[in-house]
Amino acid sequence: MPTTANTGRMVKIEILRQDTEGGQSRTEKFSIPYRHGMNVISALMEIQKNPVTEDGKKTTPVAWDMNCLEEVCGACSMVINGRPRQSCSALIDQLTEPIRLEPMKTFPVVRDLQVDRSRMFNALKKVKAWVPIDGTYDLGEGPRMPERKRQWAYELSKCMTCGVCMEACPNVSEKASFIGPAPLSQVRLFNTHPTGAMNKDERLAQIMGDGGLANCGNSQNCVEACPKGIPLTTSIASLNRAATVQMFKNFFGSDHMVD
Amino acid sequence: MSKEREFLWRRLHSLLGVIPVGLFLAFHLSLNFTAVGGEQAYNDATGMMDKVPPALLLIIEWVVIYIPLMFHAFYGVYIAFTATLNNKRFSTFRNWMFTLQRVTGVFLVVFIAWHIFQTRIQKALGAEVEFNMIADIVANPVMLGFYIAGILAATFHLANGLWAFLVSWGITQSPRSQQIMTYVTAIVFVILSIVGVAAILAFV
Ligand code: HEM
Ligand code: SF4
Ligand code: FES
Repeated sequence: MPTTANTGRMVKIEILRQDTEGGQSRTEKFSIPYRHGMNVISALMEIQKNPVTEDGKKTTPVAWDMNCLEEVCGACSMVINGRPRQSCSALIDQLTEPIRLEPMKTFPVVRDLQVDRSRMFNALKKVKAWVPIDGTYDLGEGPRMPERKRQWAYELSKCMTCGVCMEACPNVSEKASFIGPAPLSQVRLFNTHPTGAMNKDERLAQIMGDGGLANCGNSQNCVEACPKGIPLTTSIASLNRAATVQMFKNFFGSDHMVD
Repeated sequence: MSKEREFLWRRLHSLLGVIPVGLFLAFHLSLNFTAVGGEQAYNDATGMMDKVPPALLLIIEWVVIYIPLMFHAFYGVYIAFTATLNNKRFSTFRNWMFTLQRVTGVFLVVFIAWHIFQTRIQKALGAEVEFNMIADIVANPVMLGFYIAGILAATFHLANGLWAFLVSWGITQSPRSQQIMTYVTAIVFVILSIVGVAAILAFV
Protein backbone atom coordinates (compact mmCIF):
# COMPACT_ATOMS: atom_id res chain seq x y z
CA MET A 1 0.00 0.00 0.00
CA PRO A 2 1.44 3.40 -0.85
CA THR A 3 2.24 5.16 2.38
CA THR A 4 3.63 8.44 1.19
CA ALA A 5 2.06 8.85 -2.23
CA ASN A 6 0.33 12.15 -2.71
CA THR A 7 -3.32 11.35 -3.16
CA GLY A 8 -4.23 14.94 -3.90
CA ARG A 9 -6.58 14.90 -0.94
CA MET A 10 -6.28 17.79 1.49
CA VAL A 11 -7.01 17.69 5.21
CA LYS A 12 -8.68 20.71 6.80
CA ILE A 13 -7.53 21.66 10.27
CA GLU A 14 -8.61 24.53 12.52
CA ILE A 15 -6.35 25.45 15.40
CA LEU A 16 -7.10 27.70 18.34
CA ARG A 17 -3.86 29.61 18.74
CA GLN A 18 -2.40 31.89 21.34
CA ASP A 19 1.05 33.51 21.26
CA THR A 20 1.66 34.20 24.91
CA GLU A 21 0.44 32.95 28.27
CA GLY A 22 -2.82 34.70 29.09
CA GLY A 23 -2.76 36.39 25.66
CA GLN A 24 -5.48 36.77 23.05
CA SER A 25 -6.54 33.64 21.19
CA ARG A 26 -7.47 33.30 17.52
CA THR A 27 -8.44 30.49 15.17
CA GLU A 28 -6.23 29.73 12.17
CA LYS A 29 -7.28 27.39 9.39
CA PHE A 30 -4.91 25.10 7.54
CA SER A 31 -5.21 22.75 4.62
CA ILE A 32 -2.50 20.15 4.35
CA PRO A 33 -1.82 17.22 1.97
CA TYR A 34 -3.19 13.90 3.19
CA ARG A 35 -0.90 10.97 3.74
CA HIS A 36 -1.97 7.44 4.54
CA GLY A 37 -1.98 6.63 8.26
CA MET A 38 -1.56 10.25 9.29
CA ASN A 39 -2.24 11.30 12.87
CA VAL A 40 -2.74 14.73 14.39
CA ILE A 41 0.96 15.04 15.26
CA SER A 42 2.11 14.30 11.72
CA ALA A 43 -0.43 16.85 10.51
CA LEU A 44 1.03 19.40 12.92
CA MET A 45 4.51 18.55 11.62
CA GLU A 46 3.26 19.21 8.12
CA ILE A 47 2.16 22.67 9.24
CA GLN A 48 5.52 23.19 10.92
CA LYS A 49 7.26 22.48 7.60
CA ASN A 50 5.11 24.99 5.80
CA PRO A 51 3.40 27.40 8.20
CA VAL A 52 0.94 28.91 5.75
CA THR A 53 -2.79 29.21 6.45
CA GLU A 54 -5.55 27.98 4.17
CA ASP A 55 -5.84 31.36 2.49
CA GLY A 56 -2.12 31.63 1.83
CA LYS A 57 -1.06 33.84 4.74
CA LYS A 58 2.32 33.13 6.26
CA THR A 59 2.16 32.42 9.98
CA THR A 60 4.31 31.06 12.79
CA PRO A 61 4.64 27.29 13.26
CA VAL A 62 2.15 25.89 15.74
CA ALA A 63 3.58 24.94 19.13
CA TRP A 64 2.59 21.68 20.84
CA ASP A 65 4.09 19.15 23.23
CA MET A 66 4.95 15.54 22.52
CA ASN A 67 7.31 12.90 23.69
CA CYS A 68 6.68 9.16 23.48
CA LEU A 69 4.41 9.12 20.40
CA GLU A 70 2.77 5.93 21.68
CA GLU A 71 0.19 7.16 24.19
CA VAL A 72 2.17 6.47 27.33
CA CYS A 73 3.65 9.82 28.34
CA GLY A 74 0.56 12.03 28.18
CA ALA A 75 2.45 15.11 26.99
CA CYS A 76 0.63 15.52 23.68
CA SER A 77 -2.90 15.83 25.10
CA MET A 78 -5.17 18.44 23.54
CA VAL A 79 -8.83 18.94 22.74
CA ILE A 80 -9.53 17.33 19.38
CA ASN A 81 -12.99 17.93 17.93
CA GLY A 82 -14.23 18.81 21.39
CA ARG A 83 -12.78 15.78 23.18
CA PRO A 84 -9.60 15.88 25.23
CA ARG A 85 -7.26 13.09 24.10
CA GLN A 86 -3.74 12.29 22.95
CA SER A 87 -2.84 13.76 19.56
CA CYS A 88 -0.27 11.01 18.86
CA SER A 89 -2.97 8.35 18.83
CA ALA A 90 -5.64 10.45 17.07
CA LEU A 91 -5.77 9.18 13.51
CA ILE A 92 -6.85 11.63 10.82
CA ASP A 93 -8.87 8.87 9.11
CA GLN A 94 -11.05 8.56 12.20
CA LEU A 95 -11.77 12.27 12.67
CA THR A 96 -14.45 14.37 11.03
CA GLU A 97 -13.17 17.39 9.15
CA PRO A 98 -12.47 20.19 9.65
CA ILE A 99 -10.47 18.85 12.58
CA ARG A 100 -10.53 21.37 15.38
CA LEU A 101 -7.58 21.47 17.75
CA GLU A 102 -7.69 23.42 20.98
CA PRO A 103 -5.46 23.47 24.06
CA MET A 104 -6.79 21.93 27.29
CA LYS A 105 -7.93 25.23 28.75
CA THR A 106 -8.45 23.85 32.22
CA PHE A 107 -4.66 24.36 32.49
CA PRO A 108 -2.80 27.61 31.84
CA VAL A 109 -2.05 27.78 28.11
CA VAL A 110 1.65 28.41 27.50
CA ARG A 111 1.41 28.82 23.76
CA ASP A 112 -0.93 27.44 21.08
CA LEU A 113 -1.57 23.82 22.04
CA GLN A 114 0.98 23.73 24.86
CA VAL A 115 -0.38 23.78 28.37
CA ASP A 116 1.25 23.88 31.77
CA ARG A 117 0.22 20.77 33.70
CA SER A 118 2.17 21.73 36.86
CA ARG A 119 -1.05 21.88 38.77
CA MET A 120 -1.40 18.12 38.46
CA PHE A 121 2.23 17.40 39.37
CA ASN A 122 1.95 19.66 42.39
CA ALA A 123 -1.18 17.78 43.43
CA LEU A 124 0.73 14.49 43.22
CA LYS A 125 3.39 15.96 45.51
CA LYS A 126 0.78 17.26 47.86
CA VAL A 127 -0.92 13.87 48.25
CA LYS A 128 2.46 12.10 48.58
CA ALA A 129 1.83 9.86 45.58
CA TRP A 130 4.82 7.63 46.23
CA VAL A 131 5.97 4.87 48.55
CA PRO A 132 8.42 6.31 51.10
CA ILE A 133 11.24 3.82 51.62
CA ASP A 134 14.21 6.08 52.33
CA GLY A 135 15.70 5.62 55.76
CA THR A 136 19.09 5.83 57.43
CA TYR A 137 19.39 2.06 57.32
CA ASP A 138 18.17 -0.78 55.13
CA LEU A 139 14.49 -1.26 55.92
CA GLY A 140 14.49 -4.72 54.41
CA GLU A 141 11.73 -6.25 52.37
CA GLY A 142 8.25 -4.88 52.58
CA PRO A 143 5.11 -6.96 53.04
CA ARG A 144 3.95 -8.94 50.03
CA MET A 145 1.08 -7.74 47.91
CA PRO A 146 -1.71 -10.24 47.21
CA GLU A 147 -1.70 -11.05 43.50
CA ARG A 148 -5.36 -10.24 42.97
CA LYS A 149 -4.85 -6.85 44.54
CA ARG A 150 -1.79 -6.24 42.40
CA GLN A 151 -3.85 -6.88 39.31
CA TRP A 152 -6.36 -4.14 39.88
CA ALA A 153 -3.79 -1.80 41.40
CA TYR A 154 -1.86 -2.18 38.17
CA GLU A 155 -4.79 -0.64 36.31
CA LEU A 156 -4.53 2.45 38.52
CA SER A 157 -0.79 2.63 37.97
CA LYS A 158 -1.31 3.14 34.23
CA CYS A 159 -2.03 6.85 34.80
CA MET A 160 0.28 9.00 32.68
CA THR A 161 -0.80 12.37 34.18
CA CYS A 162 -2.04 13.37 30.75
CA GLY A 163 -4.64 15.73 32.21
CA VAL A 164 -7.52 14.52 30.06
CA CYS A 165 -9.68 13.70 33.08
CA MET A 166 -8.91 17.14 34.52
CA GLU A 167 -10.05 18.81 31.29
CA ALA A 168 -13.21 16.69 31.28
CA CYS A 169 -14.13 17.47 34.91
CA PRO A 170 -16.58 20.37 35.35
CA ASN A 171 -15.24 21.01 38.85
CA VAL A 172 -11.58 21.37 37.84
CA SER A 173 -10.88 24.89 36.63
CA GLU A 174 -9.03 28.09 37.39
CA LYS A 175 -11.95 29.22 39.54
CA ALA A 176 -11.94 26.12 41.76
CA SER A 177 -9.21 24.58 43.90
CA PHE A 178 -10.18 20.94 43.21
CA ILE A 179 -7.08 18.78 42.65
CA GLY A 180 -9.02 16.59 40.23
CA PRO A 181 -9.57 12.88 39.57
CA ALA A 182 -6.06 11.70 38.59
CA PRO A 183 -4.25 12.61 41.83
CA LEU A 184 -7.14 11.16 43.85
CA SER A 185 -6.92 7.84 42.10
CA GLN A 186 -3.18 7.82 42.82
CA VAL A 187 -3.97 8.12 46.52
CA ARG A 188 -6.02 4.96 46.23
CA LEU A 189 -3.15 3.27 44.39
CA PHE A 190 -0.52 4.16 47.01
CA ASN A 191 -2.86 3.45 49.91
CA THR A 192 -3.39 0.00 48.43
CA HIS A 193 0.32 -0.75 48.17
CA PRO A 194 1.32 -2.72 51.31
CA THR A 195 4.26 -0.41 52.08
CA GLY A 196 2.48 2.71 50.85
CA ALA A 197 -0.41 1.88 53.18
CA MET A 198 1.88 2.57 56.14
CA ASN A 199 1.29 6.26 55.44
CA LYS A 200 -2.29 6.06 54.27
CA ASP A 201 -3.59 8.40 56.97
CA GLU A 202 -1.22 11.13 55.74
CA ARG A 203 -2.53 10.88 52.19
CA LEU A 204 -6.11 10.79 53.41
CA ALA A 205 -5.45 13.88 55.53
CA GLN A 206 -4.25 15.67 52.41
CA ILE A 207 -7.29 14.82 50.31
CA MET A 208 -9.56 15.67 53.23
CA GLY A 209 -8.15 19.21 53.08
CA ASP A 210 -8.57 22.19 50.79
CA GLY A 211 -9.44 21.34 47.19
CA GLY A 212 -9.64 17.67 48.03
CA LEU A 213 -11.90 14.69 47.64
CA ALA A 214 -15.14 16.37 48.72
CA ASN A 215 -15.03 18.65 45.67
CA CYS A 216 -16.08 15.78 43.41
CA GLY A 217 -19.60 16.39 42.10
CA ASN A 218 -20.06 13.01 40.41
CA SER A 219 -20.38 14.11 36.80
CA GLN A 220 -18.33 10.98 36.03
CA ASN A 221 -16.84 12.57 32.92
CA CYS A 222 -13.34 11.55 34.05
CA VAL A 223 -13.99 7.85 33.75
CA GLU A 224 -15.54 8.40 30.30
CA ALA A 225 -12.55 10.38 29.10
CA CYS A 226 -9.55 8.53 30.54
CA PRO A 227 -7.60 6.94 27.65
CA LYS A 228 -6.21 4.30 29.98
CA GLY A 229 -9.60 3.12 31.18
CA ILE A 230 -8.73 3.86 34.81
CA PRO A 231 -11.79 3.34 37.07
CA LEU A 232 -11.56 6.87 38.44
CA THR A 233 -15.10 7.06 39.82
CA THR A 234 -14.69 3.76 41.63
CA SER A 235 -11.46 5.11 43.10
CA ILE A 236 -13.22 8.26 44.24
CA ALA A 237 -16.13 6.38 45.80
CA SER A 238 -13.68 4.04 47.51
CA LEU A 239 -11.73 7.01 48.89
CA ASN A 240 -15.02 8.53 50.02
CA ARG A 241 -15.59 5.47 52.16
CA ALA A 242 -12.02 5.54 53.49
CA ALA A 243 -12.45 9.25 54.28
CA THR A 244 -15.71 8.60 56.10
CA VAL A 245 -13.98 6.03 58.30
CA GLN A 246 -10.95 8.30 58.78
CA MET A 247 -13.21 11.19 59.75
CA PHE A 248 -14.68 9.15 62.61
CA LYS A 249 -11.24 7.81 63.57
CA ASN A 250 -9.83 11.32 63.76
CA PHE A 251 -12.60 12.38 66.08
CA PHE A 252 -13.31 9.31 68.19
CA GLY A 253 -10.06 7.40 67.85
CA SER A 254 -7.52 7.25 70.65
CA ASP A 255 -4.76 8.49 68.34
CA HIS A 256 -4.19 9.34 64.72
CA MET A 257 -2.18 6.28 63.80
CA VAL A 258 -2.66 4.37 60.59
CA ASP A 259 -4.82 1.57 61.92
CA MET B 1 -15.74 29.68 55.25
CA SER B 2 -12.44 28.19 56.27
CA LYS B 3 -10.86 26.30 53.43
CA GLU B 4 -9.17 23.91 55.85
CA ARG B 5 -12.59 22.75 56.94
CA GLU B 6 -13.86 22.32 53.40
CA PHE B 7 -14.16 18.56 53.73
CA LEU B 8 -16.36 18.84 56.81
CA TRP B 9 -18.49 21.59 55.28
CA ARG B 10 -19.03 19.53 52.15
CA ARG B 11 -19.95 16.44 54.14
CA LEU B 12 -22.30 18.54 56.25
CA HIS B 13 -23.87 19.94 53.07
CA SER B 14 -24.38 16.41 51.80
CA LEU B 15 -25.82 15.15 55.09
CA LEU B 16 -28.18 18.08 55.58
CA GLY B 17 -29.53 17.59 52.05
CA VAL B 18 -30.92 14.23 53.19
CA ILE B 19 -31.34 14.75 56.93
CA PRO B 20 -33.32 16.84 57.69
CA VAL B 21 -34.07 18.73 54.45
CA GLY B 22 -34.82 15.68 52.30
CA LEU B 23 -36.88 14.04 55.02
CA PHE B 24 -38.79 17.26 55.53
CA LEU B 25 -39.56 17.47 51.81
CA ALA B 26 -40.95 13.93 51.79
CA PHE B 27 -43.03 14.74 54.87
CA HIS B 28 -44.19 18.08 53.46
CA LEU B 29 -45.35 16.58 50.16
CA SER B 30 -47.09 13.71 51.96
CA LEU B 31 -48.95 16.10 54.22
CA ASN B 32 -50.04 18.15 51.20
CA PHE B 33 -51.21 14.93 49.56
CA THR B 34 -54.08 14.82 52.06
CA ALA B 35 -55.64 17.57 49.91
CA VAL B 36 -56.48 14.83 47.41
CA GLY B 37 -59.07 13.71 49.98
CA GLY B 38 -60.72 17.13 49.85
CA GLU B 39 -60.65 20.45 51.66
CA GLN B 40 -61.74 19.01 55.01
CA ALA B 41 -59.14 16.27 55.02
CA TYR B 42 -56.39 18.77 54.27
CA ASN B 43 -57.48 21.28 56.87
CA ASP B 44 -57.77 18.51 59.47
CA ALA B 45 -54.28 17.22 58.67
CA THR B 46 -52.58 20.61 58.70
CA GLY B 47 -54.64 21.60 61.72
CA MET B 48 -52.65 19.01 63.68
CA MET B 49 -49.75 21.46 63.48
CA ASP B 50 -51.72 23.99 65.49
CA LYS B 51 -51.78 21.54 68.39
CA VAL B 52 -48.03 21.97 68.77
CA PRO B 53 -47.24 24.89 71.14
CA PRO B 54 -46.28 27.88 68.92
CA ALA B 55 -42.92 28.46 70.61
CA LEU B 56 -41.95 24.82 70.18
CA LEU B 57 -43.13 24.85 66.58
CA LEU B 58 -40.97 27.89 65.91
CA ILE B 59 -37.89 26.18 67.37
CA ILE B 60 -38.58 23.05 65.35
CA GLU B 61 -39.04 25.12 62.21
CA TRP B 62 -35.69 26.86 62.65
CA VAL B 63 -33.70 23.81 63.73
CA VAL B 64 -35.21 21.29 61.32
CA ILE B 65 -35.95 23.48 58.32
CA TYR B 66 -34.62 27.02 58.05
CA ILE B 67 -31.07 26.69 59.35
CA PRO B 68 -30.19 23.41 57.56
CA LEU B 69 -31.95 24.55 54.39
CA MET B 70 -30.23 27.92 54.36
CA PHE B 71 -26.83 26.33 54.91
CA HIS B 72 -27.45 23.76 52.18
CA ALA B 73 -28.91 26.34 49.81
CA PHE B 74 -26.27 29.05 50.18
CA TYR B 75 -23.34 26.67 50.15
CA GLY B 76 -25.09 24.90 47.27
CA VAL B 77 -25.18 28.13 45.25
CA TYR B 78 -21.44 28.52 45.83
CA ILE B 79 -20.85 24.91 44.70
CA ALA B 80 -23.09 25.37 41.68
CA PHE B 81 -21.29 28.46 40.49
CA THR B 82 -17.80 27.03 40.87
CA ALA B 83 -18.66 24.38 38.28
CA THR B 84 -17.94 24.86 34.58
CA LEU B 85 -20.73 23.01 32.81
CA ASN B 86 -19.63 21.05 29.73
CA ASN B 87 -22.61 19.02 28.56
CA LYS B 88 -22.03 19.98 24.95
CA ARG B 89 -18.71 18.13 24.97
CA PHE B 90 -19.73 15.38 27.40
CA SER B 91 -23.38 14.63 26.93
CA THR B 92 -23.49 11.52 29.11
CA PHE B 93 -26.39 10.75 31.42
CA ARG B 94 -24.38 11.39 34.58
CA ASN B 95 -23.05 14.70 33.35
CA TRP B 96 -26.63 15.81 32.62
CA MET B 97 -27.62 14.76 36.15
CA PHE B 98 -24.68 16.83 37.44
CA THR B 99 -25.94 19.88 35.56
CA LEU B 100 -29.59 19.34 36.49
CA GLN B 101 -28.63 18.99 40.17
CA ARG B 102 -27.15 22.48 39.99
CA VAL B 103 -29.85 24.03 37.82
CA THR B 104 -32.68 22.67 40.00
CA GLY B 105 -30.78 23.80 43.11
CA VAL B 106 -30.48 27.39 41.91
CA PHE B 107 -34.12 27.39 40.76
CA LEU B 108 -35.15 26.04 44.16
CA VAL B 109 -33.58 29.02 45.92
CA VAL B 110 -35.95 31.28 43.98
CA PHE B 111 -38.92 28.98 44.32
CA ILE B 112 -38.51 28.26 48.03
CA ALA B 113 -38.00 31.96 48.83
CA TRP B 114 -41.21 32.81 46.98
CA HIS B 115 -43.09 29.88 48.49
CA ILE B 116 -42.06 30.86 52.04
CA PHE B 117 -43.05 34.45 51.32
CA GLN B 118 -46.49 33.40 50.07
CA THR B 119 -47.23 31.03 52.94
CA ARG B 120 -45.09 31.21 56.08
CA ILE B 121 -44.49 34.96 56.02
CA GLN B 122 -48.16 35.63 55.31
CA LYS B 123 -48.97 33.42 58.29
CA ALA B 124 -46.60 35.48 60.44
CA LEU B 125 -48.41 38.57 59.17
CA GLY B 126 -51.70 37.14 60.36
CA ALA B 127 -53.05 35.15 57.42
CA GLU B 128 -54.39 31.66 58.09
CA VAL B 129 -52.69 28.78 56.33
CA GLU B 130 -55.48 26.56 55.10
CA PHE B 131 -56.87 25.00 51.94
CA ASN B 132 -58.22 28.20 50.43
CA MET B 133 -54.93 30.04 50.82
CA ILE B 134 -53.24 27.58 48.47
CA ALA B 135 -56.31 27.33 46.25
CA ASP B 136 -56.19 31.11 45.77
CA ILE B 137 -52.51 30.97 44.85
CA VAL B 138 -52.86 28.24 42.23
CA ALA B 139 -56.04 29.73 40.77
CA ASN B 140 -53.55 31.75 38.75
CA PRO B 141 -52.32 29.40 35.99
CA VAL B 142 -48.87 31.02 35.99
CA MET B 143 -48.52 30.30 39.70
CA LEU B 144 -49.76 26.75 39.20
CA GLY B 145 -47.07 26.24 36.56
CA PHE B 146 -44.46 27.78 38.86
CA TYR B 147 -45.50 25.50 41.71
CA ILE B 148 -45.44 22.37 39.55
CA ALA B 149 -41.98 23.34 38.31
CA GLY B 150 -40.87 23.92 41.90
CA ILE B 151 -42.22 20.56 43.08
CA LEU B 152 -40.59 18.67 40.22
CA ALA B 153 -37.30 20.51 40.74
CA ALA B 154 -37.38 19.57 44.42
CA THR B 155 -38.25 15.90 43.86
CA PHE B 156 -35.60 15.59 41.17
CA HIS B 157 -33.02 17.34 43.32
CA LEU B 158 -33.76 15.09 46.27
CA ALA B 159 -33.83 11.85 44.27
CA ASN B 160 -30.63 12.58 42.38
CA GLY B 161 -29.16 14.00 45.57
CA LEU B 162 -29.79 10.67 47.29
CA TRP B 163 -27.80 8.98 44.55
CA ALA B 164 -24.96 11.46 45.04
CA PHE B 165 -25.17 11.12 48.81
CA LEU B 166 -24.60 7.37 48.56
CA VAL B 167 -21.45 7.99 46.52
CA SER B 168 -20.25 10.92 48.64
CA TRP B 169 -20.23 8.80 51.77
CA GLY B 170 -18.69 5.81 50.01
CA ILE B 171 -21.73 3.57 50.31
CA THR B 172 -22.10 2.79 46.60
CA GLN B 173 -18.67 2.16 45.11
CA SER B 174 -18.92 -0.34 42.30
CA PRO B 175 -20.29 0.83 38.94
CA ARG B 176 -22.96 -1.85 39.32
CA SER B 177 -24.21 -0.65 42.68
CA GLN B 178 -24.23 2.90 41.36
CA GLN B 179 -26.23 1.79 38.34
CA ILE B 180 -28.80 0.01 40.49
CA MET B 181 -29.15 3.11 42.67
CA THR B 182 -29.77 5.13 39.52
CA TYR B 183 -32.87 2.98 38.95
CA VAL B 184 -33.91 3.07 42.60
CA THR B 185 -33.60 6.85 42.84
CA ALA B 186 -35.46 7.21 39.53
CA ILE B 187 -38.37 5.36 41.16
CA VAL B 188 -38.10 7.65 44.19
CA PHE B 189 -38.30 10.61 41.81
CA VAL B 190 -41.40 9.26 40.09
CA ILE B 191 -43.24 8.42 43.32
CA LEU B 192 -42.44 11.73 45.03
CA SER B 193 -43.38 13.62 41.86
CA ILE B 194 -46.76 11.89 41.65
CA VAL B 195 -47.44 12.64 45.32
CA GLY B 196 -46.34 16.25 44.97
CA VAL B 197 -48.08 17.08 41.71
CA ALA B 198 -51.29 15.26 42.63
CA ALA B 199 -51.33 17.31 45.83
CA ILE B 200 -51.01 20.68 44.14
CA LEU B 201 -53.59 19.74 41.48
CA ALA B 202 -56.02 18.93 44.28
CA PHE B 203 -56.16 22.65 45.06
CA VAL B 204 -57.21 23.64 41.54
C1 HEM C 1 -35.76 21.06 48.51
C2 HEM C 1 -34.68 21.31 49.14
C3 HEM C 1 -33.39 20.56 48.89
C4 HEM C 1 -33.14 19.24 49.13
C5 HEM C 1 -34.09 18.21 49.65
C6 HEM C 1 -31.77 19.00 48.74
C7 HEM C 1 -31.12 17.78 48.81
C8 HEM C 1 -29.86 17.52 48.34
C9 HEM C 1 -29.17 16.28 48.47
C10 HEM C 1 -29.69 15.04 49.14
C11 HEM C 1 -27.96 16.42 47.86
C12 HEM C 1 -26.88 15.36 47.71
C13 HEM C 1 -25.70 15.63 48.56
C14 HEM C 1 -24.45 14.98 48.04
O1 HEM C 1 -24.00 15.29 46.95
O2 HEM C 1 -23.90 14.15 48.76
C15 HEM C 1 -27.90 17.73 47.33
C16 HEM C 1 -26.85 18.21 46.63
C17 HEM C 1 -26.76 19.48 46.15
N1 HEM C 1 -27.64 20.51 46.41
FE1 HEM C 1 -29.42 20.35 47.37
N2 HEM C 1 -31.23 20.15 48.28
C18 HEM C 1 -32.19 21.13 48.36
C19 HEM C 1 -32.06 22.44 48.03
C20 HEM C 1 -30.96 22.97 47.39
C21 HEM C 1 -30.82 24.34 47.04
C22 HEM C 1 -31.84 25.43 47.29
C23 HEM C 1 -29.60 24.46 46.43
C24 HEM C 1 -29.04 25.74 45.90
C25 HEM C 1 -28.35 25.85 44.82
C26 HEM C 1 -28.98 23.16 46.39
C27 HEM C 1 -27.75 22.86 45.80
C28 HEM C 1 -27.17 21.63 45.78
C29 HEM C 1 -25.96 21.32 45.06
C30 HEM C 1 -25.11 22.25 44.21
C31 HEM C 1 -25.70 19.96 45.29
C32 HEM C 1 -24.56 19.14 44.73
C33 HEM C 1 -23.44 19.01 45.68
C34 HEM C 1 -22.34 18.17 45.10
O3 HEM C 1 -22.61 17.28 44.31
O4 HEM C 1 -21.19 18.42 45.45
N3 HEM C 1 -29.83 22.27 47.00
N4 HEM C 1 -29.06 18.40 47.65
S1 SF4 D 1 -6.40 9.20 35.13
FE1 SF4 D 1 -6.47 8.78 32.90
S2 SF4 D 1 -7.16 10.73 32.01
FE2 SF4 D 1 -6.51 11.19 34.10
S3 SF4 D 1 -4.39 11.87 33.91
FE3 SF4 D 1 -4.32 9.65 34.34
S4 SF4 D 1 -4.31 8.67 32.32
FE4 SF4 D 1 -4.90 10.80 31.98
S1 FES E 1 3.34 11.80 22.77
FE1 FES E 1 3.27 10.62 24.60
S2 FES E 1 1.15 10.27 24.79
FE2 FES E 1 1.27 11.25 22.87
